[in-house]
Amino acid sequence: MSINSTTNKNFTNFYQVKTKHSGLLSWLLTTDHKRIGIMYLVSILTFFLVGLTFAFLMRLEMLTPGPTIVDAQTYNSFFTLHGMIMVFLFIIPGIPAVFGNFFLPLQIGAEDVAFPRLNLMSYHLYLVGAFLALYSLIFQTHIDTGWTFYVPYSLRTGTDVTLTLMAAFILGFSSILTGLNFVTTCHRMRVKGMKMFEMPLFTWALYSTAWIQVVATPIIGITIVLVLLERSFGFGIFDPTLGGDPVLYQHLFWIYSHPAVYIMAIPAFGVISDVVATFSRKSVFGYKVMAYSTLAIAVIGYMVWAHHMFTSGMSDTARTVFSFLTFFVAIPTGVKVFNWVATLWRGTIVLSSPMLMALSAIFLFSIGGLTGLHLGAISTDIHLHDTYFVIAHFHYVIIGGILSMFIAGMHYWFPKMFGTMHNEKVAKTGVVMYFIGANVLYFPMFIMGYMGMPRRYFDYLPEYQIYHVVSTVGSWILISAILLMFINLLIGIFKGKPAGPNPWGAKTLEWTMPSPPPLLNFIETPIPNHDPYDYHDHDERVFREAKEKEKEIINQENS
Amino acid sequence: MSTTSVDAHGHSNNHAGHGYGDNDQLYVHFHRDDYGSKFGMWLFLFTEVLLFGGLFVLYYGYRIAYPQDYHHAAMELNIVMGAVNTLVLLTSSLTMVLSIVALRRENIKASLLYLFITFGFGATFCVNKYFEWSAKIHHGIYPGSLELQESRPAGEVVFFGLYYLMTGLHTFHVIVGMVVMVFCYIFIKTGTINSDKYIVLENAGLYWHLVDLIWIFLFPLFYLLH
Amino acid sequence: MSGHNEHTSVDQHDHVPSYGKNVMIWLVLVALTALTVTVASVNLGDYTFFFAMLIASVKAMLVINIFMHIKYDDLLMKGILVACGFIFMVIFVIYSFDLFNTYTG
Repeated sequence: MSINSTTNKNFTNFYQVKTKHSGLLSWLLTTDHKRIGIMYLVSILTFFLVGLTFAFLMRLEMLTPGPTIVDAQTYNSFFTLHGMIMVFLFIIPGIPAVFGNFFLPLQIGAEDVAFPRLNLMSYHLYLVGAFLALYSLIFQTHIDTGWTFYVPYSLRTGTDVTLTLMAAFILGFSSILTGLNFVTTCHRMRVKGMKMFEMPLFTWALYSTAWIQVVATPIIGITIVLVLLERSFGFGIFDPTLGGDPVLYQHLFWIYSHPAVYIMAIPAFGVISDVVATFSRKSVFGYKVMAYSTLAIAVIGYMVWAHHMFTSGMSDTARTVFSFLTFFVAIPTGVKVFNWVATLWRGTIVLSSPMLMALSAIFLFSIGGLTGLHLGAISTDIHLHDTYFVIAHFHYVIIGGILSMFIAGMHYWFPKMFGTMHNEKVAKTGVVMYFIGANVLYFPMFIMGYMGMPRRYFDYLPEYQIYHVVSTVGSWILISAILLMFINLLIGIFKGKPAGPNPWGAKTLEWTMPSPPPLLNFIETPIPNHDPYDYHDHDERVFREAKEKEKEIINQENS
Repeated sequence: MSTTSVDAHGHSNNHAGHGYGDNDQLYVHFHRDDYGSKFGMWLFLFTEVLLFGGLFVLYYGYRIAYPQDYHHAAMELNIVMGAVNTLVLLTSSLTMVLSIVALRRENIKASLLYLFITFGFGATFCVNKYFEWSAKIHHGIYPGSLELQESRPAGEVVFFGLYYLMTGLHTFHVIVGMVVMVFCYIFIKTGTINSDKYIVLENAGLYWHLVDLIWIFLFPLFYLLH
Repeated sequence: MSGHNEHTSVDQHDHVPSYGKNVMIWLVLVALTALTVTVASVNLGDYTFFFAMLIASVKAMLVINIFMHIKYDDLLMKGILVACGFIFMVIFVIYSFDLFNTYTG
């Protein structure tokens, strides 16, 4: 990479490229994986903000016992909306669709994904599904089934779940196509000389995730179709009055929806691996084990679905088996956490905003992960099932872990995606606020959950009020932190200083090109290292001096 | 191998090493990777298998729950119809393969003929299915019917529910396969699919065999186990 | 510049399947269909299900290997096939722990 690419003025980047269409169509009809990634980013964050609004309203409602701002029925549709939007529109597509699309080809030295047109189609499906979901959720009768659509209630409820289910089906299809595309891309598009075990761990994570998307999502597809048909024709498949068994619905639902948790989590783990390696200036500790553990989580995660059903009337044998398998999944996950920490050991740690976020994510995720074991044990699960303990557990995992990792990824790859730097100080303040907010919001939930506060209730006994108040205050802190970081990034896009090709000193291939990347990504065919995080010849002092020089050049050019 | 190297990277010779000139800006990313297409097709087939897999899981669950009702209900299905449809699909699979073989041997006419026959078998299957279903509906056995809800035990309701769902979904796949064949037919005629670039036909073939494959399991599960 | 491995980018034109072999396989499949229908009319008790599934699996293997060409494909293709079959089996096995104990226990 030549030095004169500091400000990238010599290159036409993928934003500036003239295409067949212009204006909005040049985005909506593009097959460029980077543009599709950006489109996903914009849509996903929009839906995230909608879901966040409902979360905020729910917390506000729980401030006092009895009706505070809404009545019980509205509260029911609030938690359905919140769950549905956050799960199907934000967190499942989240990292694979945004960063996966943008960075998978870049990390393996490819020009694009294997099936670019399919990729665009999968975005269109996402868009259609999302609008259908939002339309049905907000403008139709307010559905109140929760995001799980459990039968027989979803068969009987007078609210209009049909459209919502169709939306979920279409979104599932979009997810399948993305997965199919990524698996093929990882196998077929690697640059010459890069072996499977020389791919960056984020790519490995995407690869494993893509497999889950391919082999798990069809199951939810057929389940949704069955509920739809059952509602209209009365096939008797799930309806207990006709001979069906609702527990079998739960089996089918969780055969997908538990692996879906790993669709959310595994790519997030990949982001952390990349971020931790980069800012420790060290190769990831136990690279191969990390890659294998990613696959292991994907495989074992596929076999643990029924731990959501310990109180649904399963047989004792099944409960024991699934409890055992559930503990098993903690092993590869534990391996990952230990390896991240071991990567830090004797590293040259640079506490930039993505790194700070990643460290906070590891801590919060560990709390979420370890409390998962309480729920995986049958005896404690009977006590804790459907209480706020469960809510606290998975929000520690999703907000503390996965959303943190998403935001860490956003800060980490921001310079590459937009070619400018964000304000590091503001970002770091945001991270600290986020950490405090998440703990204040979710930790009281563990306590009241253990005391017996059930989830999905809009009312509660006065003795829980103190916890609810603390929790609601926490939600305000968390939301301000998120908004602060987003606004900071938004300002960074327009006002930030040019970033240069590699502001963080990272070693993976996406940093070898100007930022934002040119249309066909690589100027010259990249030569991959055997170790994707090869820092053996890295001298931090030299790197910082080079960065200072780069800054001077940028300042001169701007003045 | 003339077409293999040309448009894989339309301008791969001239863009290495320099920036992006105006001519390159209209470049649409396109590369040919037959192996990759086939790989992607197989992944898609897995998703199809798992889509049916959900139904097989239910079939299996209810089979254990209602063994007696399953036996009685299966007696009412017409084995001859099922067997004929099995033969039709097996033969159509053969003609599909032969169509690919003929194409690869540059015998376009034979290829088109075999494809047409395959399409015909698909249509035969659907017609057969139509008569079979109408007979059942005529006897009052269809989802939500009074006959099923009032005078049949729960296991039979579930059995016939699954029967309609699984054969229905399967027939839907047969129809999709036939639509794909129409496109293949046109593409072979126009020369888009030829003896060198036959991956589209091959993928269509894979899809068609999957349809056959699923029927191979549906046939004994519904018609023979009584 | 190309992102993928050039040497395998286009399907190898090595194995051109013959008409004869496919017709043979078809004959075997038809024979197996006849067999499975015949076996179904004999009362084998608990083995009926087993035999029906066995014959169906043999037929499926023939279709996958010859008609769907997997026999002539490389290890990766075979590998993903086996992996998916494995996952499918695992679902059925661990799911059975619930079914057998709930409905027959």
